Amino acid sequence: MVTVKGGVYLPLYGAADQLIDVDSFMMDVLPVTNTDYLKFVQENPKWKKSNVKALFADKSYLAKWTDDTSFTGLPDAPVNNVSWFAAKKYCECQGKRLPTMDEWEFAAMANEDVQDARKIKSYNQYILNWYEAPRTYNKSVGSTFKNYWGIYDLHGLVWEWTQDFNSVLISGESRKDQDKDSNLFCGSAAIGASDLMNYAAFMRYAFRGSMKARYSSQNLGFRCAKDIEKLDVGQKDL
Amino acid sequence: MNLRIKKNFVTKMLLGLSTIAFLSGCVNDQSDKTYDDAVDIPTNQEMVAELTSPPFVPTPVGKRMAKKLIVDLEIQEREGEMVGGVKYVYWTFGGTVPGSFIRTRVGDELEFHLKNHPDNKLPHNIDLHAVNGPGGGAESSFVAPGHEKVFSFKVLNPGLYVYHCATAPVGMHIANGMYGLILVEPEGGLEPVDREYYVMQGEFYTEGGYGDRGMQAFDMQKAINENPDYVVFNGHVGALTGDNAMTAKVGETVRLFVGNGGPSLISSFHVIGEIFDKVHVEGGDLLNHNVQTTLIPASGSAIVEFKVDTPGSFILVDHSMFRAFNKGALAMLNVEGEENKKVFTGEIHDGIYLPEGSVIQSMPSLDRKKAKEEVKALSFEEKMKFGKDKYMATCVACHQGNGQGIAGAFPPLAKSDYLNADVDRAIDIVLHGKTGEITVNGEKYNSVMTAQALSDEEVSNVLTYVYNSWGNSKKEVTPQMVEAVRNR
Repeated sequence: MVTVKGGVYLPLYGAADQLIDVDSFMMDVLPVTNTDYLKFVQENPKWKKSNVKALFADKSYLAKWTDDTSFTGLPDAPVNNVSWFAAKKYCECQGKRLPTMDEWEFAAMANEDVQDARKIKSYNQYILNWYEAPRTYNKSVGSTFKNYWGIYDLHGLVWEWTQDFNSVLISGESRKDQDKDSNLFCGSAAIGASDLMNYAAFMRYAFRGSMKARYSSQNLGFRCAKDIEKLDVGQKDL
Repeated sequence: MNLRIKKNFVTKMLLGLSTIAFLSGCVNDQSDKTYDDAVDIPTNQEMVAELTSPPFVPTPVGKRMAKKLIVDLEIQEREGEMVGGVKYVYWTFGGTVPGSFIRTRVGDELEFHLKNHPDNKLPHNIDLHAVNGPGGGAESSFVAPGHEKVFSFKVLNPGLYVYHCATAPVGMHIANGMYGLILVEPEGGLEPVDREYYVMQGEFYTEGGYGDRGMQAFDMQKAINENPDYVVFNGHVGALTGDNAMTAKVGETVRLFVGNGGPSLISSFHVIGEIFDKVHVEGGDLLNHNVQTTLIPASGSAIVEFKVDTPGSFILVDHSMFRAFNKGALAMLNVEGEENKKVFTGEIHDGIYLPEGSVIQSMPSLDRKKAKEEVKALSFEEKMKFGKDKYMATCVACHQGNGQGIAGAFPPLAKSDYLNADVDRAIDIVLHGKTGEITVNGEKYNSVMTAQALSDEEVSNVLTYVYNSWGNSKKEVTPQMVEAVRNR
């Protein structure tokens, strides 16, 4: 894990003066891999494909696994088709937690060189190109760039779960312009946005908004995060 | 329903007529009863909607009664070819751009199943302009990858409507191909015609320029500037030309369901050599007659009808002309049959006319800076392939798919004595254009070819392709030969 030094940022949604404070936190350098996840289900049989409760994961949970302990794809490719409940449990078992959406977005603003690359054309184009490239989920973790914080693969392999993934867009309502949390379609999407150029972020929010906690998806994985305080307590374990 | 009860009553009386009663089940499917409000039209029976890929359309509704119609549409993000050698990741409704054609009638109740393929990266939804309801269904249909959403609506207004994805960023979803047409026929159906086709314009914004090889990503800045590299009918260059051309016979009436997916441009839709007998303006009830060019707004439509009176190739264009000749907005309708001299005589006289100040026209040169990123052909086979791609992208509009040209207008390249006689002259014409009278295979031509903005490599590929096709002299043209002509 590496430390992401906290700060203030302006998310895609919200008035221009609504800056968000992000406290310093720790984040995994790499997404959780197939191998990591296999170990987890072996230690926690309740989360095996055949045992998992429908309440916590829908039918696409580990869809490409041929049985409870055999994944398909590269061992060091990011695990996918995992529900939010499962991802949350995984992190808890490691003494960690899922990153909040603001933490994730804050860490993912960085390119190789700077903390906030959102105004840089090549950074945005890179992300958009990835969103359009098919089948990137079966690539090894660490195969994209190392960002300012030392974190890999925030863009380029899979989407990632966050703790409060659906807090911006819940219903998918279209052209109501009263409720700013639910206007991510068509014209109203533009009304609610603070930065019209940030198409890449639009797509992330749209994706998160389409998910439910029991859903899982071929192009969705996760990584864990941790509070700084907790790290100090658990320092001996490392 | 009342009709059915009466018939059942009859069958009770005459047992032996049960088969006739069964047959009349078909008749029972038709009704003359009219309703003041389309909401009140009852539906009977359930039917799975026939969906078709462009340029085809499903069977007309005819006189059938309103039904519950199940529409099953799958969203696929998939790689396709924009023009020879140029790849693009399309986002599609049903695997094609434009998406599957949906055909309904007023009063139908649609149960819409929108499926998002598990391999897809993005959530999508559908906004059908035929829907009376918030978001045109966008809210109810917002679907994550690997999921299916079901929603239903009743179609109340007849007309030809666009549907499109309305997930943020909407412009990008549309620019990648997420649009199609849904037709709502009036009670009793549209008047039958001989041929019906589905044509939809859309523009694409790619990182590289027109014809740049390889996988081309969506270019956000060009999209915001509304400056597309491709303006095409049915998703890619050549979707409706050559072997893919639409066909008809002399004397037939052709109906085109024309849409414009945009995302930004407005189409000046025109068929060269035809006059629209009838246009359903903007896809609605308003009928206009004898129209040359009809305007189709972004995310709008028109139904055009015309009787084809003479044989030949009729070219469909967006008459914003550079889109047609430089960005791909060309489609073709081939009409076969007997010539009709009363309607069109063909050429009867060719005189000389040379106004003052006529000069060779030229295309803007690209400063020859392209060389740095150009993919070079490494073998003869590759040269032929690249050359063919370039031919299909640049030359085919005039010289045609098999180099046959167009009699009286564009000289043939196939078995061409003029071409085979002098390679340097051919190179020079590609580089600098040609105007004035020439004789090719015994026929006189007097028209203008513009200078082409191609690199030495591209000229050598395309001419090698031309010289090694259609019975020509099999010369290989090298970039050095082109350079020599360019520098002389």
